[in-house]
Amino acid sequence: MLIDLFLTFAKIGMFTFGGGYAMIALIEKTCVEDKKWISHDEMMDVTVIAESTPGPIAINCATYVGYKQGKLIGSVAATLGMVLPSFILIYIVAQFLDGFLKITWIANAFKGIKIAVGILIIDAALKMLKKMKKKPFQISMVVSSAVVMLLISFFSIEISSMVLMLAAAFIGIIVMMIFKTDRQERDKR
Amino acid sequence: MIYIDLLIGFLEVGFLSFGGGYAAIPLIRDVVLSYGWLDEEMLTYMVAVSESSPGPIMVNMATYVGSLKGGILGAVIATVAVVLPAFLIILLIMVLLRKLLQNRYMKAALGGMKPCIIGIILTTGFVMMLRNCGIFVGNNPADILTIILTCGIGVIYFGSRKILKKGISPIGLIGLSAIVGAVAYGV
Repeated sequence: MLIDLFLTFAKIGMFTFGGGYAMIALIEKTCVEDKKWISHDEMMDVTVIAESTPGPIAINCATYVGYKQGKLIGSVAATLGMVLPSFILIYIVAQFLDGFLKITWIANAFKGIKIAVGILIIDAALKMLKKMKKKPFQISMVVSSAVVMLLISFFSIEISSMVLMLAAAFIGIIVMMIFKTDRQERDKR
Repeated sequence: MIYIDLLIGFLEVGFLSFGGGYAAIPLIRDVVLSYGWLDEEMLTYMVAVSESSPGPIMVNMATYVGSLKGGILGAVIATVAVVLPAFLIILLIMVLLRKLLQNRYMKAALGGMKPCIIGIILTTGFVMMLRNCGIFVGNNPADILTIILTCGIGVIYFGSRKILKKGISPIGLIGLSAIVGAVAYGV
């Protein structure tokens, strides 16, 4: 069974392009419909958990399914399966990329690819924006973090986005507490 | 020492990248640039390679940076570091802390972080695009050809989604831009 977990997730890891969200569809098909390792409801559950925990979404899913099937060893087998194909592939690519870039037409092709990367990142953010709840709090958080990031980049200030995210978590808690006390006072009256 | 730096750098990324691969790009960019592991140019190639390879984007990026900076051992360390937080947190949640995610402080903190990440990703993409066009980079003149190509490819990508039912896939876009680049910059 451990080998089955490993191989199944290795297959998912090897054949899905485009990262986490593309993988959720394939994980659902494989683990819910074909192997019946988890139920559809559990799959929804994993997706929600994966979205509110850090790290690669595919890894979150693999760990979850692996643990359901085989406790700790199962989760290790599934996670390793998920990681190994891309690890090997990228390791090989990384050895050759520098040499490739010395060939003029490949270097030119990569200059073109750089354009695509910017567009894809913006597109990913726009998709996330579309899914987000659009209340004043969320909108002002998006706008203010974008503005702060812009200022940081243009004036080359040494603040990492990690600091920004921790500040945002802090603001989230404070806003929640303020609104909660408001409501309590209203309730008292 | 490079191995310890890789470990700490990628643990940080793995621990803070709420929302998967694209959320990790700004974080990895920070770590990689601040340690001076890659320059802006190599960083963009790294993102492109990671996106056009199968598997989790974050794992691809960690393996790539790790192997360039510390060989096979560096690749293993960076990859394990980026995966470990996700792995441990899911285990913790399943074993004992199922209720943690329902905690209202936790919810409030996550509620603040998610929109912030979207703003960060949006700006990162925008800044990478401007820099690539030579805008706001020192006193260099802007790169007119790149600006034209960026607008053209952007219109094709977003326009194709409006016209065709299913737009161009990310790999499709990377392939298309590679061909456009090889032709346009080669002439």
